Amino acid sequence: MKSETTNTQKKIKITGSEAVIHCLLAEGVHTVYGYPGGAIMPVYDELFKFQEELHHVLTRHEQGAIHAAQGFARVSGKVGVAFATSGPGATNLVTGLADAQIDSNPVVCITGQVASPLLGSDAFQETDIVGISTPITKWNCQITDANDIPSVLAKAFYIARSGRPGPVLIDITKDAQFQQFEFEYKKCTAIRSYKPVPTIEPAKLEEAAKIINSAKKPMIVFGQGILLGNAEAELKAFIEKSGIPAAWTVLGLSALDSDHPLNVGMVGMHGNYAPNLLTNECDVLIALGMRFDDRVTGDLSRYAKQAKVLHFEIDPAEIDKNVKADVAVLGNVKDTLSQIMPLIEEKQYPDWFAEFKRLYDIEFEKVIQPEMEPTKEGLTMAEVINQINKESGNEAIVVSDVGQHQMFACRYAKFKKSKSNVTSGGLGTMGFALPAAMGAAMGAPDRPVVAIAGDGGYQMTIQELGTIYQTQIPVKIVVLNNEFLGMVRQWQQLFFDKRYASTEMINPDFVKIAEGYHIPAKKVTKREDLASAIHEMMATDGAYFLEVVVEKEDNVFPMIPTGSSVSECRLS
Amino acid sequence: MEEKFYTITVYTENSVGLLNRVSGIFLKRHINIESINASVSEIQGVHKYVVLVKTTEDWVRKITGQLEKQVEVIKAFYHTDDEIIYQESALFKIKSDLLFDERQIQNIIKDSNSQIVTVSRNFFVIAKTGRRHEIEELYDELEPYGIMQFVRSGRISVSKESMEISNILKEFQEN
Ligand SMILES: Cc1ncc(C[n+]2csc(CCOP(=O)(O)OP(=O)(O)O)c2C)c(N)n1
Ligand SMILES: [Mg+2]
Repeated sequence: MKSETTNTQKKIKITGSEAVIHCLLAEGVHTVYGYPGGAIMPVYDELFKFQEELHHVLTRHEQGAIHAAQGFARVSGKVGVAFATSGPGATNLVTGLADAQIDSNPVVCITGQVASPLLGSDAFQETDIVGISTPITKWNCQITDANDIPSVLAKAFYIARSGRPGPVLIDITKDAQFQQFEFEYKKCTAIRSYKPVPTIEPAKLEEAAKIINSAKKPMIVFGQGILLGNAEAELKAFIEKSGIPAAWTVLGLSALDSDHPLNVGMVGMHGNYAPNLLTNECDVLIALGMRFDDRVTGDLSRYAKQAKVLHFEIDPAEIDKNVKADVAVLGNVKDTLSQIMPLIEEKQYPDWFAEFKRLYDIEFEKVIQPEMEPTKEGLTMAEVINQINKESGNEAIVVSDVGQHQMFACRYAKFKKSKSNVTSGGLGTMGFALPAAMGAAMGAPDRPVVAIAGDGGYQMTIQELGTIYQTQIPVKIVVLNNEFLGMVRQWQQLFFDKRYASTEMINPDFVKIAEGYHIPAKKVTKREDLASAIHEMMATDGAYFLEVVVEKEDNVFPMIPTGSSVSECRLS
Repeated sequence: MEEKFYTITVYTENSVGLLNRVSGIFLKRHINIESINASVSEIQGVHKYVVLVKTTEDWVRKITGQLEKQVEVIKAFYHTDDEIIYQESALFKIKSDLLFDERQIQNIIKDSNSQIVTVSRNFFVIAKTGRRHEIEELYDELEPYGIMQFVRSGRISVSKESMEISNILKEFQEN
């Protein structure tokens, strides 16, 4: 059957590198991020011919390329693609691969490799990138024969986006790129050794529903699984019918409206007081598409021990990995939530909900209010984020880097739309924000994208300003400058007797640097200038850079110190 | 939790680099591989690793989950020693004159149920298949006479219960 249909199509002979382009186009890819070099030149030569169909964004570092691909994937739900050459080009992808692996980002990386007769000979720019990337990819593969290009790339895209998504790396030798072969592309829809979505067991749904219906003090914690499964509507319906207070993890942010009355904030090390404390008070903990990361749970031996745990999860390897589940509901959370709906009773928990409110009020008075409306002279990170909320009407995509500013962004940014929070959660990769924001801006071209970085992390990938200028990417860049590696300084203050070893930063003139790339730029040092500066930034077409000088030694609270229990969440 | 020997059986596609991925999962968890054996399986085109580890049930369960998660792993199982039939093989290379001069050696070979695989002018080779302790006992008995070379294979095993993977493969074909 199959051969008949292909026989009617006239088979054409093309090179391996041209085949790469056709495969990407067949997968609906229109943008790739990358950086050329010797071993991938044949593919770049094809890019030159296919400029109209496939837009290549030349980043300033391969790490920038993969982070951009991740940012693109995170906001669009599509697979992001990055190209790099062999050797140093490939190894520069490593941080991004590890980041994409731990945060489940669908990314396909294509690297050039030395010609196959040279493999294993320590040839110029030869590196075993398949070996190096094995523990940090969902799948990887080396191609030495062009005939394998269509089927392997089809598999790569299928694996990257299906089930629990993740990064895939395909390494193609230079001779395979030059090789002529008969091209034919078939999308991959199944692999016999791979079951991306487990079969739903109705009995588990019934068991879970029974526990939910008889709960007195239930609580939901939801993670990125909601966003990855496009289950936002199902989540909202489930919460509203069951009446259960719901908290999000850092990667679950924006899956529900920030202002939804049942949204009780963020769990975790710098999460909100109420959901952290009440994790150890609830009688049923419903975990939706989240993996109980240690930044969420604190000390596991004192985490939700009193509660029945219902774990809704797509990845069977996550069940009982960190927290033992009383009922594991395997499946795509979109499906399991919609199937459990008819079994769930309509309920409300006014007394229990009042507990959240009471603790929120304490946090508001002790932490939130002083951060948002400070009486001290120095600017706070929270008031900057708050001003961005106001100016964007909670509509912006917020891409944060790693450190104190990241936690302030996650705590104070407000979201109306899903897939609006992009941050490096699992790996905590400084330098992520600027390139990820480029990808986010291209993945959601109709939405404002604001990158929020610290003075430290910004300088790890600052060269991407060149990409932003060359490609005219309309990202708004906010650097919250405390002249410190603030998060590390906070730990030094709290746990190392204020010995500030190598955390103070002497910084360049950030405005001049941005202007050097022809990006309009401004620096704010006073409170009275903040609102107008953010207004100007958001109102400007195209890219804009804003440096806000903030209080040098502010700390992020609440905080659950490492090794402490969620009950020991500190407000100061 | 108590540490025990567990035998992990991993059915996989036959692909380059998979061994690296599989062993990396043990490495990450600092679980020492006591032995590993890779071979074909009862199903054509499907490979099988038999990995012997000493760890707790909690860890072996987590590791099996991580193994199964790999794209090219079809299915992974773990078993305790009493749930499987298992063997190891060993070869002993010994000077030939001992075979003729030391009558006791012939008794050792007979009593241990091992076989002489080859005899040449200079050396002969004994093969022994059995449990680890049986091989160790034979080693101890032969050692005083001088062992020129010794090698022991990884554990191979089959389970008492069925390990159903043909259904998984059939299900795939039907879809
Ligand atoms: C690549 C990398 N190196 C080191 C760290 C450790 N680290 C975590 S936060 C932080 C400080 C970040 O400083 P800055 O970017 O100025 O942000 P701030 O905390 O001051 O807001 C450091 C060094 C990291 N997360 N990533
Ligand atoms: Mg800083």
